[in-house]
Amino acid sequence: MKRHFPLSIFNFQFLAFVKKEFYHIWRDKRTMFILLGMPVVQIVIFGFALTNEVKNSKFAVLDEAKDDASQSLIAQLDASRYFDLEKNLTSYQQIEEEFKKGKIKLAVVIPAHFSDDLKHLNKASVQLIADASDPNVANTLTGYATSVIMDYQVRITQERKMPYTINTELRMLYNPQLKGAFNFVPGVMAMVLLLVCTMMTAITIVKEKEMGTMEIMLVSPMRPQLVVLAKAVPYLLLSVINIATILLLSVFVLEVPINGSILLLVAESILFTLVSLSLGLLISAGAQSQQTAMFISLVALFLPTIMLSGFMFPIENMPLPLRIVSNIVPAKWYYSIVKSVMIKGVGLQAVWKETAILAGMMIFFLTMAIKKFKIRLA
Amino acid sequence: MRASNMTGEKVITADKLTKRFGDFVAVDQISFEVEKGEIFGFLGANGAGKTTAMRMLCGLSLPTSGKATVAGFDVYKDNEKIKKRIGYMSQKFSLYEDLTVKENMRFYGGIYGMSDAFIKQKTAFILHHLHLENEGNKLVKSLPLGWKQKLAFSVAIFHEPGIVFLDEPTGGVDPVTRREFWNMIYQASEIGITIFVTTHYMDEAEYCNRVSIMVDGRIEALDSPSNLKKQYNALSMDEVFLQLARKATRIES
Repeated sequence: MKRHFPLSIFNFQFLAFVKKEFYHIWRDKRTMFILLGMPVVQIVIFGFALTNEVKNSKFAVLDEAKDDASQSLIAQLDASRYFDLEKNLTSYQQIEEEFKKGKIKLAVVIPAHFSDDLKHLNKASVQLIADASDPNVANTLTGYATSVIMDYQVRITQERKMPYTINTELRMLYNPQLKGAFNFVPGVMAMVLLLVCTMMTAITIVKEKEMGTMEIMLVSPMRPQLVVLAKAVPYLLLSVINIATILLLSVFVLEVPINGSILLLVAESILFTLVSLSLGLLISAGAQSQQTAMFISLVALFLPTIMLSGFMFPIENMPLPLRIVSNIVPAKWYYSIVKSVMIKGVGLQAVWKETAILAGMMIFFLTMAIKKFKIRLA
Repeated sequence: MRASNMTGEKVITADKLTKRFGDFVAVDQISFEVEKGEIFGFLGANGAGKTTAMRMLCGLSLPTSGKATVAGFDVYKDNEKIKKRIGYMSQKFSLYEDLTVKENMRFYGGIYGMSDAFIKQKTAFILHHLHLENEGNKLVKSLPLGWKQKLAFSVAIFHEPGIVFLDEPTGGVDPVTRREFWNMIYQASEIGITIFVTTHYMDEAEYCNRVSIMVDGRIEALDSPSNLKKQYNALSMDEVFLQLARKATRIES
């Protein structure tokens, strides 16, 4: 290559091509805004609408004790940000009626003599009844309620020393407030980068094939590998902007901290971007129409990314075959890296394995893409 | 027939050039020579193998067997050198619609490694020549098809190649624009550019210095239009073509 073309020409060709790609993106304002606006929209949707955090759940109380201890326990539940007291009930039958109305998610039953039992027997019980038609919510709510009750217990035991009590002290490491954002920010990053890089690169290359301009390029002295790389450059830049947007939004709007090194986080994100770009190039080498390219990107990449990266569903709970398949999903490794670096604040020594796997995938996809591209010319 | 300025120098040679796809022989041992400055017409029904033959000469496709040289270079070994010396216009319209006329020229000049100064000068020259000075900064999609076609041809010879390959360049264009397009081809040929053009318009065949007619992957006839008409005792190239094409056994693709 360099024997035939001096380095300056090589660069000039490359720059001319990259410039043209930017014109394409810039002129298609709608697509550009979608690409740049998507991370914002996704962060907002996941951050404020689709959340598995349970806040301000309505609950009802059947207080058969009506003493100072029961009142103060109820007050403490009501004061927590997870619960709002909806109704005071007077009989056991009312509990199911309330659940059937669908207004409450949890009922708390405090038996008679609650305060006396607590003082004299050193032990009292509280019944929690949850609507388990949604098991996850039910679990979460009883968990929250239990911990509020534990808090209450700790408070009163400090006042009077009681023998033989075990206090479980819970600490939610890395995410003390149990924010959903800690989970989905890494997921959204993986999804957005994959969408922008893989799908858009695949589509834009296939578009050149459809329009017949690819042939012109192949007849020109520009090397096909350069064509492919020049296509990838603008999307790499767009992705860097997207990475910045997502991180800024997470830190300043969702208050998710970046505990590890920002540099490492950005470097890993760029590595994942390169994996996605290579995949896009590989898809474009095979696909003959924009629809095919889009379909392959969606079915072969998007669904596995959502299902098998651990972002929506925990991989640990999947049957063995799915767990094995999940290993070939690049987003799984990236998701795990982002969680470790961003949330846990670990360094490269803790994520080198995932990094190496991603780097390996990138080299594999890129080699395949370039090889396939060459074969098409013969 | 117009006066030609051929020098006798052979710029394209093909010797038993063959392309097979599996059992299918798309191009079957074709041999011909094209001289510098010549307008060489490559005729044939759809599926006769003209595009495949052209793709081999342009370096888009590797021949299965046979020999060929373009601009003095071997199509197997010196692909890269050939690419710098040829222009190509495909049957699909090949300018970027979302770029302006000038941006398109900058881009194509750029991928051929032309200098900024050259690109500027050449762009101004072409726009002036086509009377499109006011259209330079317009998006290509806003221009009529005929203009686009002429611009596409100008872009194909932007880097001043010795040979230009035109693959059915006038498809879908009205007769007046086609006539104007052929005037551009003559002008290019007058400055010494060799034109290798495939077409299935028989009136266009009359404009060529020589034509070859492909049937089922083979060259069935090759001569000047007037000699061919004499040889087949026909009044027009259309009749010549029909006599030859009747022999075709391949189903049109």
